[in-house]
Amino acid sequence: MQPSPSPSSSPNSSPARANLAGWLYVSPLVLVLVPFFVAPILVVLAASFFATDGFGGLTPGFTLTSYVEVLHSALTLKLYLATIKFTVLTWVFTLIIGFFVAYFLVFHVRNQLLAIGLFLLCTVPFWTSNIIRMISWIPLLGKEGLINQALLAMGVIHQPLEVLLFSDLAVVIAYVHQLTIFMIVPIFNSMARIDKKLIEAAIDAGASRFDIMRLIVVPMSKSGIALGTIFVVSIVMGDFFVVKVMSGGGSASVVSAFYEDVGVLQYPTAAASAVLLTLVLVAIVSLILRTVDIRQEIAR
Amino acid sequence: MKNDRGDIELAGVCKSFDGVTNVVDGVNLKIADGAYCCFIGPSGCGKTTILRMIAGHEDPTAGEIVIGGQNVVGLAPVQRRTAMMFQSYALFPHLTVRENIAFALRVRGQSKTDRLRAADAMIEKVRLTQFADRLPAQLSGGQQQRVALARAAITEPRVLLLDEPLSALDEQLRVQMRQELRRMQQELGITFIHVTHTQLEAIALADLVVVMEQGKIKQAGAARDVYAHPHDRYVAAFMGGQNVLSGRVEKVNGASFTLAQAAPSGIEVPLQARPSVSVGDKVDIAVRRDDVALVRPGRDLPPGYTTSLPSRVLAIEYQGYFVKVMLDTVPDDEFVAYVPEKTFFADPFTVGDVVMATWATGSALPLA
Repeated sequence: MQPSPSPSSSPNSSPARANLAGWLYVSPLVLVLVPFFVAPILVVLAASFFATDGFGGLTPGFTLTSYVEVLHSALTLKLYLATIKFTVLTWVFTLIIGFFVAYFLVFHVRNQLLAIGLFLLCTVPFWTSNIIRMISWIPLLGKEGLINQALLAMGVIHQPLEVLLFSDLAVVIAYVHQLTIFMIVPIFNSMARIDKKLIEAAIDAGASRFDIMRLIVVPMSKSGIALGTIFVVSIVMGDFFVVKVMSGGGSASVVSAFYEDVGVLQYPTAAASAVLLTLVLVAIVSLILRTVDIRQEIAR
Repeated sequence: MKNDRGDIELAGVCKSFDGVTNVVDGVNLKIADGAYCCFIGPSGCGKTTILRMIAGHEDPTAGEIVIGGQNVVGLAPVQRRTAMMFQSYALFPHLTVRENIAFALRVRGQSKTDRLRAADAMIEKVRLTQFADRLPAQLSGGQQQRVALARAAITEPRVLLLDEPLSALDEQLRVQMRQELRRMQQELGITFIHVTHTQLEAIALADLVVVMEQGKIKQAGAARDVYAHPHDRYVAAFMGGQNVLSGRVEKVNGASFTLAQAAPSGIEVPLQARPSVSVGDKVDIAVRRDDVALVRPGRDLPPGYTTSLPSRVLAIEYQGYFVKVMLDTVPDDEFVAYVPEKTFFADPFTVGDVVMATWATGSALPLA
């Protein structure tokens, strides 16, 4: 440390005062996080240890029954596998599409105004509600939808394809459609901060376009990729609605199972499943943060 | 490889970004193999654009760029065998010093052991061995500069292009790194082209100084030629060290002419390289600031000193080994005398004193 006085330790600000100022800085965040995040989590955590009378009534106490039930059920593993399958597929496609869209916008669109315009264009689907966006797939993917009719007319198929709608394929399509923007934004952001001179220096050294992407762009977009991954993974793993609508009830996810539990008033099991899912997500996110030092990358 | 010659010829090179104005406007220049060439000029004069065109990062709108006898327009930097050191260095922030230096070998497909051995040899050459595993952000400005130099030099280019390589450094380091650049150039024995806007840097380093203005070459020559014999008012003012005066020719007498001035005697100027002048022409002349002597009115002029102009001292700056005396000798232009420290303090002037600014006839140089 430098012995010279820093501005924060000017003579009229004692350590206690600096401490107070620190608390004041974080207070808006605390005021939002405590009632809307910490309190609900604590309620769910408490409920997961309560017993139930089977009709929605909760008996305060401490029992691990709900956890035992959830962990012993063969369904839990199946649901996790199904959810992880959706998550991985969605992640792969959003990553590929998101990376290349961001790459195109940052490195190939010379005109900055045009790049911003195209970037905003990516957000257009978000001007309507999630439900409408999902429903709008039906006329395209349905049995009598555009794709089936076109393929039939061309003679490629003789019977309409059933897998297009109300299937796992439809679920993944809907997720990718909804979540690609969550990849584009952080990757675009970290790519935009790559100094164009670095690309030129790489070209000067003889690097091909692929070398530049592999050795410069991808490593330097790591923080954006990690952030996008966290968004996509946590949204897909915490979702049940898309699975329900787009699979036509044929597939389920972790959350849809405890949504069912809530429906039949099994609050403690639902809460235990929720706590379990939270733990799994925390593990995944910390694994991502361990591989990529986001804070350091952002400070770069 | 087959052709190691790094001589460069620019023939009618033009560059326009908008199709209307030429940033580089018909540049012709020959640079010898193994020369240290400095392009100098104010920002926006096109010097960096020329550098980037030689490097292959920009294509000329017209003209030819010939390296080692081969027209390289349209070739990639690798095929030209040039390497560029970027302003503010453009080091890869996520790679260590060693990886940065080995980068070019890596994308050329050299094996890991080969390229790391070559990189380590280069690291030693630029004296960074103890920093080989650091990231660029953990280095000082001077160390970063050496990494950039090593990264550019590792491909054994025949031409090394440096875009304002010293501008990010502080004054003391700049002088030190200047010597290092010269040392590296001699060690590598290749052509260096260096863009700068500091005239001291250019004359200290270059075999060939190229002064530019608005996309055109104003003068190209050895450092001493450009400094001591500027072609015109622009070069004289830009390179510094000269007083520029203008006036009408009063009479022409053989090998010299006389310039009308406020002084009773006028200013006698030898014709030198200038072809001819006639009476009534408006002519610029230059007199080196260190050729001007200051004499108190009424005292004898030193022998051979024919011109003397009465002046008032406007300001005095002590510069160490000389004293900079600013005078109102000519109405519109700055006029400065560099007086050796010992001479000055033998009989110091103060602001407001009237002095005679005088110089030998041979010191006055007619400008184009």
